[in-house]
Amino acid sequence: MNTHPMTLLTIVAESILKDRLVHEIRNIGAKGFTITDVSGEGSRHRRVSELLGDNGKIEIIVKRETADKVLEVLQKEYFISYAVIAYMSEIQIVRENKYS
Amino acid sequence: MTLLQMFQSNICSPMVLAFAFGIVCRVIKSEMAIPRDLYTSLSIYLLFALGLKGGVELSHCEWRQILLPGIVTIAIGCITPVSAYLTLRYFGKFSIADAAGIAAHYGSVSAVTFIAAEKFVVGQLGEGSVVPFMPTLLTLLEIPGIQVALAIGVIGLAKSRRNVDDGSAATSTSMATVWHELLTARSMVLLVGGMVIGFIVKYEGYASVKPFFDKGDWMFKGALTLFLLEMGLVAGSRLADLKHAGVFLMVFGVTAPIIHGAMGVYLGGLAGLDVGSCTVLGAMAASASYIAAPPAVRMTLPEANPTFYLTAALAITFPFNLLIGIPLYFRMAQAMVGQN
Repeated sequence: MNTHPMTLLTIVAESILKDRLVHEIRNIGAKGFTITDVSGEGSRHRRVSELLGDNGKIEIIVKRETADKVLEVLQKEYFISYAVIAYMSEIQIVRENKYS
Repeated sequence: MTLLQMFQSNICSPMVLAFAFGIVCRVIKSEMAIPRDLYTSLSIYLLFALGLKGGVELSHCEWRQILLPGIVTIAIGCITPVSAYLTLRYFGKFSIADAAGIAAHYGSVSAVTFIAAEKFVVGQLGEGSVVPFMPTLLTLLEIPGIQVALAIGVIGLAKSRRNVDDGSAATSTSMATVWHELLTARSMVLLVGGMVIGFIVKYEGYASVKPFFDKGDWMFKGALTLFLLEMGLVAGSRLADLKHAGVFLMVFGVTAPIIHGAMGVYLGGLAGLDVGSCTVLGAMAASASYIAAPPAVRMTLPEANPTFYLTAALAITFPFNLLIGIPLYFRMAQAMVGQN
């Protein structure tokens, strides 16, 4: 099977940010995304999840440049004030034209 | 009935005891928990039922009756966030974001406190002792309080940033986004949507769903009791945060509702409302939101510490109103508006 290198960017953010982040990601140029409801706790400690919701994990498969642009937006607008983490990894995919 | 007897009869209702039971469950570290989806379902049911009944009653009201109470309610919604903000900022020395975040909660209204106040008044004075358009006032009070406080916070922060210019690039959500968030928030949509449906179907159409939705029926009372159990669990799990909240916030969480409640009762009287309705309006003015306000504040003022506003609203003010506040506002209404 022919595979191609791509970047998997994973963002875990408090759930109220889901819509906003999806909007940002779309604007930057990701073609699709996957959201999973997740729960956990980080350096900002517990929030009241009954009232504010748990966390959302957003995964996108994009080119490295696009992932970098998303990270820049996160750095500039979100990391300071909200509970957000992001990480990326290099992955292999099939059907390259589906993602870019 | 003396004030003490009133407190006693208030505390011995299934709702209040369920709330206390929820706190006990957390204190003894029981694993008992109400699933998130049930909590969401219950809050949808309660808000929709509230809107529906309000709409039905509204369809039989004259607009002239509502005009003055409506104006007074909006005025309360604009005053309470400002008084809360100034107190917190200048006496409590809270940061701009924290003061505005807490003020947004106290400016807005708690639907469950509203229902509890109405139940209490009906228990004291009988059916028909609260004007039927109260849910409309609840909806009117929901929005301005949050908006005014958020505006104070956003403008205050922008000013202080310009002065310091520390180069921090915190988000500033546009006011259009905030408006959209607030007007489409779950509590707002359910209250207004229910009200429109109730207004259209009137008593005749409402009769077919009445046993399921009506405030006087067993289904609503049962759901409310379960919801209060969950509120007790949440409040109980915030108790440990009280020590982070500090003495000032604890004092604020009790005195702000008393002052706002007295103002609500007084202004309700000026608008021509009767003792029962003034009590409920007072309880509304005194209450702090925990359905609409937390997400709005988190989005717009992320710098505000959720521990402060959630602990104050849920672990201090809500139980205070439920246990002591409501009978107190009733007494105030009797004294200010007249015995009946």
